[in-house]
Amino acid sequence: MAERMTGAEMVIQALTDHGVEHIFGYPGGAALPIYDAMFQQDAVQHILVRHEQGATHMAEGYARSTGKPGVVLVTSGPGATNAVTGLTDALMDSIPMVCITAQVPTTLIGTDAFQECDTVGITRSCTKYNYLVKRIEDLPRIMHEAFLIATTGRPGPVVIDIPKDVQFAMGDYYKPDLDTLRHQSYRPQMDGDSAAIEAAVELMLKAERPIFYTGGGVINAGPEASEHLRELAELTGFPVTSTLMGLGAFPASNPQWMGMLGMHGTYEANLAMHDCDVMINIGARFDDRITGRIDAFSPHSRKIHVDIDPSSINKVVRVDVPIIGDCARVLSEMVRVWRSRTNQPRTEAIAPWWKQIEKWRAVDSLGYKNSDTVIKPQYAIERLYAASKRQAKDVYITTEVGQHQMWAAQHFHFDKPNHWMTSGGLGTMGYGLPAAVGVQVAHPDALVIDIAGEASVQMTMQEMSTAVQYRLPIKVFILNNERMGMVRQWQDLLHGSRYAHSYSESLPDFVKLAEAYGGKGIRCDSPAALDAAIEEMLDYDGPVLFDCIVEKDENCLPMIPSGKPHNEIILPDTANIGDIIDEKGRQLV
Amino acid sequence: MNAHLQPTGSAYFLTKDTQEIERHTLSVLVDNEPGILARVVGLFSARGYNIESLTVSETEHGRRLSRITVVVIATPKVLVQIKLQLERLVPVHKVHDLTAEGASLERELALIKVAGSGDHRAETLRLADAFRAQIVDASVESFVFEVTGKPAKIDSFIALMQPLGLVEVVRTGLAAISRGPQGM
Repeated sequence: MAERMTGAEMVIQALTDHGVEHIFGYPGGAALPIYDAMFQQDAVQHILVRHEQGATHMAEGYARSTGKPGVVLVTSGPGATNAVTGLTDALMDSIPMVCITAQVPTTLIGTDAFQECDTVGITRSCTKYNYLVKRIEDLPRIMHEAFLIATTGRPGPVVIDIPKDVQFAMGDYYKPDLDTLRHQSYRPQMDGDSAAIEAAVELMLKAERPIFYTGGGVINAGPEASEHLRELAELTGFPVTSTLMGLGAFPASNPQWMGMLGMHGTYEANLAMHDCDVMINIGARFDDRITGRIDAFSPHSRKIHVDIDPSSINKVVRVDVPIIGDCARVLSEMVRVWRSRTNQPRTEAIAPWWKQIEKWRAVDSLGYKNSDTVIKPQYAIERLYAASKRQAKDVYITTEVGQHQMWAAQHFHFDKPNHWMTSGGLGTMGYGLPAAVGVQVAHPDALVIDIAGEASVQMTMQEMSTAVQYRLPIKVFILNNERMGMVRQWQDLLHGSRYAHSYSESLPDFVKLAEAYGGKGIRCDSPAALDAAIEEMLDYDGPVLFDCIVEKDENCLPMIPSGKPHNEIILPDTANIGDIIDEKGRQLV
Repeated sequence: MNAHLQPTGSAYFLTKDTQEIERHTLSVLVDNEPGILARVVGLFSARGYNIESLTVSETEHGRRLSRITVVVIATPKVLVQIKLQLERLVPVHKVHDLTAEGASLERELALIKVAGSGDHRAETLRLADAFRAQIVDASVESFVFEVTGKPAKIDSFIALMQPLGLVEVVRTGLAAISRGPQGM
């Protein structure tokens, strides 16, 4: 049934039809008709941001914590270019997002009009797909297609660029219809090949040193995928590790959990990856933060790789059994096939392997030397974790990018999927504060904490104002070491401790800054006062900036230096990290 | 090391892991929509793949489909990646590696302008005849030839014209199609 309406009304109608309740945006000249249509309805609530990058990260936090697509609305020109960082971030981390950008009227396109930019050209390589809507007739189909493409297969951001005259034009609106929507050339493969799944289980049944290496794909495949992973881990008795993006899919409280792997992963997870004989990669992509030196990566293992994106297979690491499909469906099939073969976990056969893992575990690679006089960043996160566990609320953590991010991944523990939001692929400083706003919009009663660094958080600090406006009680827990800590650490490693521009000078007074925004500020610089200060933060019903003054020169360890294999990991007791990396490693990032 | 575990149903087979560079012709069926060429070319430049030749034109007006023929030079591992990355683009329907899939025909068309007089002019015509080049424009001091064939044939015709007064050349790039009854 077609309904007559304007393009702007179609946008709002399509959002409603796709179940969108919140949209993050910023108005501007070219977007005014859509804003006018929004003004006249109540179904979709608009969150006014302070910068378009903030809108995109909010949408990411919203999407990651709900499984629903995050929706962004920005104006033409600078509105669109400001959104590019968040779009790229969403592409790298496979976050479903629909970003509507307004455009100058079709008659002005190409004339270098005011606030004109080539949005589809600029965003072509940082979106899963993008559209320029030139005719009102195409708008309903494109709106529906955009949601389909953003949320299915390997999720990602989709941009819809809508010129102002198309927003004003009258046309026929059709509701989404899955049959007509079946895109001719876009057909993601959901079910894994059954022969490949059989072959994978066959390998697992003979494994003596197996390991599950899971990633963000398990989170993206929905809560069922995490359930199936837990079931399969229990059935097999195999150890489990995960990438940064996959934390929470498997409970950190489970004895089979080995901690995160990769550049700042645990000793046991990385050595188990190196020495395993069967590696089962579920929804991870052999990222360079994980593999270290490729030609020395897990040299003795047969590798199974489950991924919904065929181009991830054999891209960096050659695998023996590739399975293309949705993690939830493939995991459930693996469970079924395993059950059809045996009722027993391989407890006895892999007992020596577990014994070896326990030895590695005993090294306590996340250990650190605590202090009575200065707050160690690891200690701060441990205390934050302990305090948050006492809360009756659901706890969501977002982070910025750097040392604090890795410490959070190491020392905050997650038992549920969708509760950990971080910028993994792109490594976007400034992600965490707006992401926390997005999470809090989706979960108004939850405790949402951005674990931040004092450098990162200043990149999108203005979104505090958004949090205050919408009464979103986010907690920004800043580990303040007056350094861009990870940069400083790399300068120690690679550049003779010459700290070129890696320290934060002229820092704002975060307490006063919080108050200026209308939130609460708390400062703490003593380990003895930390617990009480954290309680004060958690008890406050409103946004808080917590300025946690920590040890300035702490290194984030363990660490696999660039160009090194997993078994050459640097442990916390290493005295001088400056002598470890050779000339070749220095070239890497 | 992994060779004994190959057949896994419809999934991809392991390719030889060699660093040897090969030249392959890919045929890519795409929606004829604005920006599709930029998408394909952008993919190649963003991921550092080399294009040796690229041709594109609408081939089915009714279904608004275009066919892109692209010649790439890469190692076998990268060739598989190129195919998979192309297939990942939303408006791409199919990608066929014509070189890998067996016998195919490859043709190119060139327009070649040669200026000269006297003996050179006569020699030019004799050679053009040998190469079955058509004269599509003539003046008292020049010819424009149209020559079709495999790229190597066009290369040698151009090389022969060089000393005879070659002015300029324009080539269409490669068009390729598989032999036999099967379509793409």
